[in-house]
This record gives sequence, C-alpha cells and structure tokens, in this order.
Amino acid sequence: MENDVLLQLNGICKYFPGVRALHNVDFTLRSGEIHALMGENGAGKSTLIKVLTGVYTKDEGKVRIEGKEANIKSPQDAQNVGISTVYQEIALCPNLTVAENMFIGRGKGKITNWKKMNARTTELLTSLGIPATATQQLGSCSIAVQQMVAIARAVDMECKVLILDEPTSSLDENEVAKLFKLMRDLKAKGVGIIFVTHFLDQVYEVCDRITVLRDGQLVGEYVIQDLPRVQLVSKMLGKEFDEMSDIKTVDPEAEDIKVGTPVIECTGLQSDAGIKPFDFKIWKGEVNGFTGLLGSGRSECVRSIFGADKVIAGEVKIDGKPIKIKKPLDAMKAGIGYLPEDRKLDGIVYDLSVKDNIILAYQVMKGWNHPISKAKAEEFAQKYIELLEIKTASSETPIGQLSGGNQQKCILARWLLTDPKYLILDEPTRGIDIGTKVEIQKLALKLAKEEGKSVTFISSELDEMIRTCSRLIVMRDRKVVGELNESELTQNKIMETIAGGES
Amino acid sequence: MTQKVSTKKSGSFLETVVALTRKQFFIPIAALTILVLFNLIMDPSFFAIKLGTNSNGDPVLSGYLITILNNASELVILAIGMTLVTSASGGQDISVGSTIAIAGSVILRILCNRPITVANMLFAFLVAAIVSMIFGAFNGVLVAYFKIQPMIATLILFTAGRSIAAWINNNTLPVINDPTFAYFGNFIPGIPVPTPFFIAAICVIIITLVLKFTTLGLYSQAVGINPSSSRLNGIDPAKVKLITYIILGLCVAVVGLIKVSRISTINYSVVAKDIEMDAILAVALGGNSLGGGKFNMASSIMGAYIIQFLTTTLFKFKVESTALPAYKAIVVIILVVLSAPVVREKMSAFWKKVTSKSAKEAA
Repeated sequence: MENDVLLQLNGICKYFPGVRALHNVDFTLRSGEIHALMGENGAGKSTLIKVLTGVYTKDEGKVRIEGKEANIKSPQDAQNVGISTVYQEIALCPNLTVAENMFIGRGKGKITNWKKMNARTTELLTSLGIPATATQQLGSCSIAVQQMVAIARAVDMECKVLILDEPTSSLDENEVAKLFKLMRDLKAKGVGIIFVTHFLDQVYEVCDRITVLRDGQLVGEYVIQDLPRVQLVSKMLGKEFDEMSDIKTVDPEAEDIKVGTPVIECTGLQSDAGIKPFDFKIWKGEVNGFTGLLGSGRSECVRSIFGADKVIAGEVKIDGKPIKIKKPLDAMKAGIGYLPEDRKLDGIVYDLSVKDNIILAYQVMKGWNHPISKAKAEEFAQKYIELLEIKTASSETPIGQLSGGNQQKCILARWLLTDPKYLILDEPTRGIDIGTKVEIQKLALKLAKEEGKSVTFISSELDEMIRTCSRLIVMRDRKVVGELNESELTQNKIMETIAGGES
Repeated sequence: MTQKVSTKKSGSFLETVVALTRKQFFIPIAALTILVLFNLIMDPSFFAIKLGTNSNGDPVLSGYLITILNNASELVILAIGMTLVTSASGGQDISVGSTIAIAGSVILRILCNRPITVANMLFAFLVAAIVSMIFGAFNGVLVAYFKIQPMIATLILFTAGRSIAAWINNNTLPVINDPTFAYFGNFIPGIPVPTPFFIAAICVIIITLVLKFTTLGLYSQAVGINPSSSRLNGIDPAKVKLITYIILGLCVAVVGLIKVSRISTINYSVVAKDIEMDAILAVALGGNSLGGGKFNMASSIMGAYIIQFLTTTLFKFKVESTALPAYKAIVVIILVVLSAPVVREKMSAFWKKVTSKSAKEAA
C-alpha cells in the first residue's frame, strides 16, 4: 500500500505573529482513501488545509505529491498539482448554469463551445449520479446538489486530492447519504479525499483513517478500526482516557439544590438552527453546563433558550409560569442573561467605549426614553471595572483596544448589571489568559452560591466544566444524549457519553 | 504648516498636536481654520457684516458670513438626518434631493388654493412632513427589512422623486404671492437675521435634546457597529434603521419648506439638485465614517457649514458657477484623503519620528 501514497506532508510549520499555528505536522494521504482530519477549535485543521491549498505559504516543511516535491504558493498552484477543495460555503455562482459553473475559470481559449461544454457536463453528472441537468441554474439546486456540482468540478479538473471542508454541516440526512455515496465512488476511482467534519458518526461511517491534530501539533494517524470513539474524543480533547485522575469530591449538599420549581424549565425546545428538540431544567443556585464536541449543538441550545435563534417548537417556563420568548428582549425582561460564544461577532460593540458596552443591555431593558445619565453610567462602569478588575485606560476607551480577557469581563459586567436570575455563559473563557479564566470560573460559582443565581456554563475544556458545574447535559450531533449528575462527573464518564455508540 | 515652524520649540507641544490630529474634530476645525486664514489674507472684507435695508425697508444684515449662515441651513438640517442614517445603516440616502422636491410640491399644492394663514401653512407643512416621512419609511423598509444596500434602495426615489413632485401639481408651477410665505426662506420683517438660520438652529437644538433624552444615539451606533451583538442585547436593529430613515424624512420636509419659501415657487428639476452629495460630504467632512457606527453630530453640522463656507469663498473669488464643482472636488479630495485612517496613521507615525528626532537633538 505504501507506494500508493498520493500526498505527503513532512514537518509542516506555520507561524503567525505570536502564535504557532502549526508545528512539525506530518500528514499522509493514500490514493483511494477517505481520511478524516479531526481536531477541536484552534487545533490547526484550517491552517493545514490553507497551507495545502496555497492560501497560506508554509514556513517550514515539505509537501510531496506522488513522490515529487511540490511548491504550492497560490490556489492556482494547488489546482495545477491536482489539489481541489470544496468549502463549507459554496464558492460557485448560483446565478449561472450548472455547466457554466463546471467550466468557469478553466477555459484556455477565448471561445466557448457551449454544446461541447453542456455535453461534457451531462456526461459527468450521469457518471457521478448527480441529480441535476447541465443547463439548470445552479441556484435552483439544493445545497447538497450544489456541493456535489462543486465536487464534480473538482473531479473534472483531474484532481488527485480532494479536500472537503465541513461539507455536511448544512445538509440533511438524505443529502448526507447522497454525498457519501459520491465520496465512495470517487474513492473507488482512486481519488484521495481529506474529510474535515465535526460529526463523529459521519467519520465512522465513511472514513478509512483519522489524523488528529491538537494545538497545532500532530497527535497521531490511526486506522479507523483501531481507534474507538472514546479514544478519538480523548485524543482530540488531549486527555488520556485511562490515566486521568478524577479528584473531584462530591459535595453532599449539592443534590439538595434540585428541589421545588426550577427557575427555568424547557420542554421540547427547538430552534431553526438545526438542533433536535431538547428538555432542560435548572434550579436556583445551580451551575450546570452543556458539553459535547464543537458543533454538537451546545450553543444552539442556549441560544434557543435566550431567543437568539428562532424558536420553532417547545415551551419555556420561568418559576413555573409559561412564557413566550420570541426575541432576546423577552428573555432579558424575564431575567435571563446571555454571554455569547463569539465575543467579537456577538458580544462586544467594537468602537464603543467600555462604559457604553457595559450599560448596553441594562439601557435596552430600561427603554429608549429613559437614557441612563452620564454620571450614572460612569458610576456603573467604575463599579464593575473595580469589581471585575477590568484593565482599561479609562471607561471611555473603545472596548476594541482591550485584551480578550478584559473584553470578556466587560460583557460579563454588562449582564451582571441587568441582575439576571439566570445567566448563560457560553465559552466565557475561550481565548483568554489563565488568570482571567480562573477568575471567571470563581465568579460563576460565587454568583450561584452567594447570590442564588442559576448559571449555565459552557466550555470546550472538560476540566473547567467539571470544576464549575454540578450537572452536565451531554450533546452529540445536535442531540442531547445524556445527563450526568454530580457523582458521575468524571472525565472518563463524560468522554464515554460524548463518544456514545459502541466504544 | 505653522506646526512645522515650532518643531524645535518643544516635544510636548508636538505631542499635543499629534494627539489633536487623532481627534475627530481635527479635520473640520483644520479645514475651517484654513478657509478663514485664506480669506483673511486674500481679502479681510470677506468678514464684514453690514446692516442695511431691503426693498421693503426692513433692516437686514448682509455680508458673506450672513450668506454662509443663511445658505448652509438646508445642508445643516439634512446633515442631521444623514448622520443618523449613515451611523445606523452604514450607507447613505441619495434620494433626499428628490424627496425635497416632493415635500415642496406638497406644500405648494396645499397652499395654492387656500388663503395664506398661519393655520394653513402649518397644515401644509404637517402634510408635507407626513408624506416625507412615509417616503423615508419606504427607503428605511427597503434597507432594514429587505436588506438592500442603502444607495441602491434610495436610488429608486432618487430617480422617481422629481417626477412624483411634478405629478403632485399636475406639472404646473404654482406661485405663492403672499409675502408671509416667503418669511421661512428669507427675512421676517424687523429681524435682520435670515429665518433659515433660526430654523436650522431649532433643528440642531431638537436633535441635541433627542440625543440627550433618548437612547437613539447609543442604539444607532451600536446597530451600525455590530448589528448581531445589538440584537442579542435586545435592540431591534431593523427598527432602529427604519427610525433613522423616518427622521431623515422629517428633515427633508423642513428643507422642502425653506426651499419653496425662498423663491415662493418650485422648479422640479433643479430644486435642491445634488444636495444629497453635499449632505453626505458634510457627514464625511465631520470625520464620521461613511461605513456607519460611531458618529459625532456636532462635527457633521460643522461639516455642513464648511461646505457652504467653501462655496461662498469660491463665489467671492469669481469662480464661474460651472467651474465651481471642479474646485469643490479638489478641496474635497484633499480633505477626505487627509481624514482617511491610512493617511492619518502615516501622518502620526511621521510626526512621532519628527518628535523623537527633535528630542534627540535637544539631548
């Protein structure tokens, strides 16, 4: 088999200012195999793919294609050596026909032979079993078919290596099945496929080998049969399954929290973000959490509770009383606060001052005709700058100039100011320094213990979750697959539940 | 240029200058200073104000400064609305000139068959205000709910507005002969300062109060900077955008009143022609980003006066009216390039270099 090696990467390094995105990564792809590239956020998957496709140039290392060293400096170079990529977001033109999309940017001459082009497209579509016609507008096809057309285009360009970057995230189950069939057909034709996905089930369904990256480094390459799910999860999270020691002691009082009416109770809640209906309860003074791999639907669950995504089914009760949450303001008025996962995109208002960022949510709750006076706003800002030890030149400094950790503290301050009874912290510690991380964890616990607030805590780091949460809801592939109580909160147990299936 | 001379004096002075160049007010104030200096050197009589009488024997002030205060009024009022629209929607309304024609036409239509009384004039203005706000809302809905780029969305009324204005009066040009109607665009007997200046001042006061007593400023900036985050903080970004377009609609109605009152009639094809570009320019000259987000209302208003200052200066120096836009364009290019972040960064880096050099020389 070894002489079937299509693509070989040796010692690839890529540095960004202050960050080591890839360090000494090896990767081998053989012809006729589907190879999963796995890793959590920031593991270096996208960087590796961008190096391969010429979007980034590598700083060190060698790329060999069929034994010959290739110097990929631009996407055009990558195409010339036979590497094609199909991205999650389709990069074709929806207002052109399928055939036009197949041949766009590939013509050598200036004259287009439409007849020949359409004939060739039809031929290709039939041979790959793609349900589309050559003259159809691409935009009128479903997303899955569009994706397949993108793949067909790649195939027709005589690609040897096909990279599929999260191709299934916007497809339904039938469409995924169709896509997998196409992938298997291509595999039979000897194409090597690199498959990037967050869905564990899909990896085990279609892939032959798995390469795991973590923190920009290679964890290892495995044949799929040799790597049970639990092992894969533990490799991705960087926790050795057997060696992990669980030192957490069970607090006997903890179970007492779950009495009386829950502060929040959701039944069959479902949003348009693609999660399966779920139930959820949280009691006064409790800290619980959603866990699961990236893309498992953790954030989507809490977003639906807050009304950030459109809720399409289910009921929410607050203190036993049914309530309709149609938009974030409804949730805020009901006493829910939400610190979003993506601080830059959903959290901070970049150019506004620290002060304005802190008062924003409270101001909205007070109403448009009751602006907070300058003096009062300054007072609030100073209070939280001191309380949370936010490092800023002044309360007038634009929040964009602060470090990530301090930005996050400002968003925390924003929600603390609204005095919510239920606070959702979605990845509050991502991308911030260790010191601040611990502060935020402590704060979450303090809010629950001393002020009787309910807190939902989400983090990609398991030990952080175990430290802060007394109950965990486990998610896999956009479904709630289990709930672990205090006594069951061990790394092993959590990873087993995350991995699920036949481990 | 005076700054260079003082380079050797002290580093701390330079530092304050560098800090000043980063302030939003820097560009409009610098532009104003240069214009004033230019006029002072070329012909100080530019600043002379005379008290005379007009043809009716009423006292009126005259002089170039009065002309500026008078003629800038429309631009000032529009700049208020345009600043808000720019901030919240990250784009500009290019239909204001056309909708001014509509508002003016509505006022004339109502007044041409009625006696000119205070009540009737008020009624005419209110109807024009409602019509302009509806057209503003039309633009706003296209931008906020249909998510069409502001310039494309407002292109519709930009194209159709003047035809609609002509249609409102069946393509006739009604003339209001009653002198009271002319008060809004000229002088009120006994008051030597032109009325449009007061109207603009009232608009400025109103918007100051609105910004102080409502959260409009905070909301439109938040929506302009980060709509997604604003939504998660309970703001309805679409509603905020819509409101800014409706406010601009109200501004348009006020300008429409001034415009028709100035000449007691209307010329559909030329009334307020190209004023949208000047209004957008006023916002830009004020150092506000045309991409939306943070704004400074006072800067925009100053920007409006600067544009008129420039126009009047050019007129005074006998630049032909056909050549005027070209001269204006040159000045605008300089100002806009100077206020571009890239250039500002380069400049402050350059200043820093100069500062450190002079500091070394001193040591």
